[in-house]
Amino acid sequence: MPERHWRTPLDAEKAVRPKAEIHIIKDQCKGCGFCIQYCPKKVLEESDEINARGVHPPRVVDEKECIICSFCTAVCPDFAIFVKEKQCKDGC
Amino acid sequence: MTETEAFEHPFAKYLRAAMMPHIWCSGCGNGIILNAFVHALDEMQMDLNKLVVVSGIGCIGRAAGYTNVDSFHTTHGRPIAFATGVKLAKPELEVVVISGDGDLFAIGGNHFIHAARRNIGIKVICANNFNYGMTGGQVGPTTPLEALTTTTPYGNIEHPFNLVHLAAASGATYVARWTTLHVRMLAISIKKLLQREGFSFIEVVSPCPEIFGRRNKMRTGLEMMEWFRKASVIENFSDPAKAEITPERIVVGEFVDVEKPTYEKLLHDKMAQILKESED
Amino acid sequence: MAKEKTVLTGVHFMSGDIACAEGAIAAGCRFFAGYPITPATEIAEHIAARMPKIGGVYVQMEDEIASIAAVIGASYAGLKAMTATSGPGFSLMQENIGLAAMTEAPCVIVDVMRGGPSTGQPTLPGQQDVMQAKWGSHGDYEIIALAPSSVQEMFDLTIEAFNLAETYRVPTMVMADEVVAHMWEKLVIPPAEEIKIVNRKRPNTPPEQYLPFMPEDDLVPPMACFGEGYRFHATGLTHDEHGYPQTQSSEAQTKLVQRLCDKIRKNADKIVRFEETMVEDAEILVVAYGIVARAALSAVRKARENGIKAGLLRLVTLWPFPEKHIAKAAEGAKAIIVPEMNCGQMVREVERTAKETSVFHLSKLGEEPPTPMEIFEALRRHSK
Repeated sequence: MPERHWRTPLDAEKAVRPKAEIHIIKDQCKGCGFCIQYCPKKVLEESDEINARGVHPPRVVDEKECIICSFCTAVCPDFAIFVKEKQCKDGC
Repeated sequence: MTETEAFEHPFAKYLRAAMMPHIWCSGCGNGIILNAFVHALDEMQMDLNKLVVVSGIGCIGRAAGYTNVDSFHTTHGRPIAFATGVKLAKPELEVVVISGDGDLFAIGGNHFIHAARRNIGIKVICANNFNYGMTGGQVGPTTPLEALTTTTPYGNIEHPFNLVHLAAASGATYVARWTTLHVRMLAISIKKLLQREGFSFIEVVSPCPEIFGRRNKMRTGLEMMEWFRKASVIENFSDPAKAEITPERIVVGEFVDVEKPTYEKLLHDKMAQILKESED
Repeated sequence: MAKEKTVLTGVHFMSGDIACAEGAIAAGCRFFAGYPITPATEIAEHIAARMPKIGGVYVQMEDEIASIAAVIGASYAGLKAMTATSGPGFSLMQENIGLAAMTEAPCVIVDVMRGGPSTGQPTLPGQQDVMQAKWGSHGDYEIIALAPSSVQEMFDLTIEAFNLAETYRVPTMVMADEVVAHMWEKLVIPPAEEIKIVNRKRPNTPPEQYLPFMPEDDLVPPMACFGEGYRFHATGLTHDEHGYPQTQSSEAQTKLVQRLCDKIRKNADKIVRFEETMVEDAEILVVAYGIVARAALSAVRKARENGIKAGLLRLVTLWPFPEKHIAKAAEGAKAIIVPEMNCGQMVREVERTAKETSVFHLSKLGEEPPTPMEIFEALRRHSK
């Protein structure tokens, strides 16, 4: 693979990272762990709780770290997680 | 984090709530394929009243019923033949077949190659999980050499099909392969599949940890996904003949994207020509 | 596309296969999927020539399994659809005939029977598939099967088959034989407006309230088609009124499978067709169908000339079997002769129905159907 050289985005100073709102539909989770494993920012981890299906659904470690790439939404086989951009005024 | 009800999921409207949760095991890739499919529908703002999803028998065969559109769950191996009837009867419908490797390429193999040859404008998404999952894990047409299944207890001695090569050789106009880890490429590819006119095919290499993986040193979905991550190489428009799946190497990407007149178009043109000749 | 006539009103000299194809077109069939097979090929050939001119679809599939699957697909997409085949192809179709029965897909299957089993005698007649028509697919279900005896009936009964298929949402079979299919006779095609055409019941509920497998009083559910906004599901699995799989419920299994049987059994009086000749005072009866019934008619007339009180009951509907009528006709008869081009198939139904009467089978295999003389000899032998 050729080496990639990324430049700093021109608007990096001004850009505001959107705030994520992670929704977990706990009882729909079957505990495959894909969302936890493949989150690029390691926002999720396995929780201690046991859901309706007898597995440990994920929980959010730090929602602020989420970049809303939505990989977790796409890789979830059970439609148990999705991410929205938080709608709030004055940077909640 | 927000606790949320199932119906609030952005894709909930594409699924039949009464049939959820789906029957698929933890770590199974079928749900990811369904997810990518409805994701593509969502992005395309597809007219759901003009879409028909057809499936055959097997775990992924339930996908038709889960999709909240006109859908039909056929007999084993016959979704493409059924879909051919639908497409020719109402060419304005988008007809998608979602089925498995055993259904489409063992019992239904003949229908696949002939629908591709005729270039009927149906779109086929194949979940390749390397075995017959629903019946408990028997050898199938894509089972790798030496793999253990319930009917190859000493290791598989059958050479597997290279599905993208088969599809390309049969005349499919769009051919791609992704794994369930390539979720973004898969969704983009499904959008292309839906936009193409002719017979189009996507193979999705999919984990089956409960049935296939556990007999082959991959006990969880994560372990199977790790195999895909390590072994996959994207080689767009490479020679599909050289894209055999091996433990070391899974070539993914688009292999074919060409245009040629569909059966429906040729049929329509032929009818117009006959009518004109009869008028002259 | 409307310039080409769909109903060729007039008097024709035609073969049974071509008459069948014209009957289908007159009935509104606009989709044919098939695979070449003797002695049914001419149906496909004629339809292939006619369909493009009337805006219909002919598609030659890769085998008979695909043909019937495509027919079911086209039926669900809203077209009247059919296929035509012979024994080997009919065998291949059986699994999906079960699918058509289970998903209540109106469709017509023409089986031009030849000598079996296996490849058998492709160019010679047979009546060896009549039990297969009823019992060919696994599981319990009912179908309708008609047996034409003439070129005229190849036309008329093909229309009737479409009407019954549409009325009851059931696969309906035209069980022809090689002789009826290949012989040429006079055919009268009436004006289009005189041909009775039945179309499937359509839902009058809005899509959000539509239950695709909720029957009405006649046990038949109204049928929506793909692309009409109903967005419904159908499956070969046992299902509920929504069409959703119910693979673990004995209640759902009982309810569905019993209804699939009852919608034909309880409507049998409306479906059954037969023809009686000199039956009222008959002491000996012939029960026959297809081309054999014509030889039987000659034999019965000859028997009457010879002082034998013979009568003919010709089965037009093989399935549902006209039990009541056979039982009634058998009351006054001492014996019933059932000539068939098989080793004894419908004769068993006659035996089962006419319990008090002696039933004799006259089997004829190979080149030609039983001759009038052979049936007459049987009448003379058993009337003593």
